[in-house]
Amino acid sequence: MALDEYKAQTGGAADATRTEFKVVGTRPDRPDGIDKVTGRAKFGADAHAPGMLHGVIVRSPHAHAKIIKIDSSKAEAMKGVHAVVTRADFATGLKGENWNILENVMAGDTALYDGHAVAAIAATSPLAARDAAKAIVVEYEALPHVTDVDKAMAADAPVIRAGAADKSVPEGMHPNVVRYHESGHGDVEAGFAEADLVIEDNFRTEATHQGYIEPHACLGNLGIDGRGELWCCTQGHWNVQKICAALLGIETSKLRVTASEIGGGFGGKTAVFIEPVALALSLKANRPVKLVMTRSECFRATGPTASTSMDVKMGMKKDGTITAAKAVYRLQGGAFPGAPMEFTAMCGFAPYNLVNVLQIGYDVMSNRPKQAAYRAPGSPMAAFAVESVVDELCEQLGLDRIDTRLKNASKEGTKANFGPTWPRIGLVECLEAAKAHPHYTAPLEKGQGRGISCGFWFNHGGETAVQLALSEDGTVQLAVGTPDIGGSRASMAQMAAEELGIPYENVRTTIADTATLGYNEVSHGSRVTYASGLATIEAARDTVRKLCKRAAAKWGIDEDAVTWVDGCAVPSGSNAGDFDPLPISKIARSMGRTGGPIVGHYEATPEGAGVSFATHIVDAEVDPETGFTKVVRYTVVQDAGKAIHPAYVEGQYQGGAAQGIGWALNEEYIYGEDGRLQNAGFLDYRIPVASDLPMIDTVIVEVPNPGHPYGVRGVGETSICPPLAAIANAVSAAAGVRLHELPMSPPRILAALDKQAEV
Amino acid sequence: MSQIHVTTSVNGDEVEFLCDPRETLLDVLRDRLNLTGAKEGCGTGDCGACSVTVDGRLMCSCLMLGAEAEGKEIGTVEGIATGEALHPLQKKFIEYAALQCGICTPGILVAVKNLLEKNPEPTETEVRYWLAGNLCRCTGYDKIIRAVMDTAADMRGAA
Repeated sequence: MALDEYKAQTGGAADATRTEFKVVGTRPDRPDGIDKVTGRAKFGADAHAPGMLHGVIVRSPHAHAKIIKIDSSKAEAMKGVHAVVTRADFATGLKGENWNILENVMAGDTALYDGHAVAAIAATSPLAARDAAKAIVVEYEALPHVTDVDKAMAADAPVIRAGAADKSVPEGMHPNVVRYHESGHGDVEAGFAEADLVIEDNFRTEATHQGYIEPHACLGNLGIDGRGELWCCTQGHWNVQKICAALLGIETSKLRVTASEIGGGFGGKTAVFIEPVALALSLKANRPVKLVMTRSECFRATGPTASTSMDVKMGMKKDGTITAAKAVYRLQGGAFPGAPMEFTAMCGFAPYNLVNVLQIGYDVMSNRPKQAAYRAPGSPMAAFAVESVVDELCEQLGLDRIDTRLKNASKEGTKANFGPTWPRIGLVECLEAAKAHPHYTAPLEKGQGRGISCGFWFNHGGETAVQLALSEDGTVQLAVGTPDIGGSRASMAQMAAEELGIPYENVRTTIADTATLGYNEVSHGSRVTYASGLATIEAARDTVRKLCKRAAAKWGIDEDAVTWVDGCAVPSGSNAGDFDPLPISKIARSMGRTGGPIVGHYEATPEGAGVSFATHIVDAEVDPETGFTKVVRYTVVQDAGKAIHPAYVEGQYQGGAAQGIGWALNEEYIYGEDGRLQNAGFLDYRIPVASDLPMIDTVIVEVPNPGHPYGVRGVGETSICPPLAAIANAVSAAAGVRLHELPMSPPRILAALDKQAEV
Repeated sequence: MSQIHVTTSVNGDEVEFLCDPRETLLDVLRDRLNLTGAKEGCGTGDCGACSVTVDGRLMCSCLMLGAEAEGKEIGTVEGIATGEALHPLQKKFIEYAALQCGICTPGILVAVKNLLEKNPEPTETEVRYWLAGNLCRCTGYDKIIRAVMDTAADMRGAA
């Protein structure tokens, strides 16, 4: 979800939540399963085109530098080279976010971070392009740089770009502070005065990368008539279409974008990086151009998360009542505005019913790559800080962690920390399920500690268009516009089959290209199963209405006198007439003669997304000699609303937990004094491997979302929110040291243990 | 630079190709032989998405030159199924939802098939360490490990 898109979701499904299902809630094989296990599935880099060239991007080795001159004459004279592009080959006069995106896609007069694109080249082979890229000579004048969030706000920090701040920023702040957020209610100072114990601490998290295994890849073909085709791995191809058209100065509808199979995204593929460059090279060379990022380019030049520095202060009475909570969140989001500090501010205290609460956020620019969304953007860091403080309060007051959270839990009717009144939510149910889980009371071995944490994410609706076309044999072709990033084609087929009363296997779900459907917002905000699911159900219901109409015409009775049962039109009662059920296959066979093709539609912006809470339990073992932490047991409890395909819901829970474990223990962007990223590869930026993790147990809580016909909430993101704090709390319980900075790598744990020994 | 002529076998088929001395086996498989099942996730041997077997030994094809394939027997994900029949691992991965995006799946299948050929009765720990060179960012490995353990048990039962 983009920053400015969240608003309280108010809509509701027209009908009561359905609770009886035949297909929904089962675990059928995914329709793309065989393609994925045989190597047949086509991902971003798997496309070829006749006459295709290969592109390579030249990137800045400096954290901050003026670009004095780009000399490509030597490169252009090399064999096989067909085009070189720089910023001069893109549209001029762009404003707002389009300007920011272009500036990030191809630097203007200043390179703003290590890895910033400055030029690109296309040649007949990847090796020829790589050789020629090395022959492009860029003359730079290095400028002072800053990569740390607190230093970037200090008075003496170099200015990344003057005038980038918006009106929200209070006077007197450094120009690198570009946006400000403040929300809350009550009187926090009065609340702290009522508390028996007040704890205040500073917490820091480093930037982490989404770490999708498939690097960004695309194949662009743009003709001199401004008509083009683009194939790319993306979470949202309509967004790619819109941005590429703007950056190249062409009409949106002239560019058709097809989404490839996508090899992971986690938010990182909601942004546009290389696609406009491939199209610009293609236009210049008048040939198709394929561009594939290296892993190092992914780390240096695509969105990691924001890094943070956070101050959290909370007061509690001896009985566990939280009297006040205040937080200041400072997020560094790279050389552009956009760090998701509002979400950090809104999510941190969301699990708690607070009378006195204040949260402040700062969006800070630095010489790092433009941050991109990463699974519940902004929320995991807030949960790390807030849930660590809650844990510390419980420890010092001798209170049970779950009972204390239950005592203060947000529930239907309580006022959220950021304003609205909570609708039906499932936090209490998650906490109760965690408390009842055998994990919570299982004995621990020596050296082990147990931690828990809650987490919250909004979830999102967004523009959605779906089409369901009936084939002559009664099977259906379902076209959706949200790239399938984790098995969603299966859930869509289940929902269509449920409504139509036909077998799951009779629905073929396709991710349509931009020419086929209306605008679809990207696959983000945990919106796909909610919004495309709702759209699929509504498109199926539209189809059913049309099917019933054909039956009514055949029988010569009123449309209202026909209902749909188990894949057949039937008279709705004995008064309607005595006709045999008319199955979908029969209606389909004659549809050409009875009124033409039967196609169901849904186009809208559903606004009934339901928020999702989770509670995680983790056991960690800390080796006091090496500082190495091993996660030995892990349980995820999360509210799904309704699990359409439970295996893929469990998968989202497990995957989010695993990414959170990496963030907590290993993963971090490491910048040198020179402002260059020092660990731009999977060897030095270590994501969890199979031998690092235990099995990850899951509990699917189902508190239906009234805004979806089946109660779906969306499950993709909340699972990454609790692990950071849950593991920090487990480490504290295991080793007696509380880490305030992530990752909790062995050197940091050892330093904390040493410090503790000195006391 | 002159190209090198290589004769090799891929999934049992004899193939010939010309390649630049700098091209990796992965480059050759994907760009010259159109076998795009092996994926490039890193190019440095850290992610395992390009896993293949070379004379029965598990390899990252991004760490081997195309020219080194001369006279070898290469096995890729495209060769795991036999005609219409999927390998038991392939079936079990679908049944267990042991993949989400599926980009790491080809490499993981090549790796675990190779493991089960050497060790038909691996422990969970052995499977986890064997797969430590194959990164998956989606699943947290849970369903992958379960699918492998269950396939191994089935295959032992069938043998």
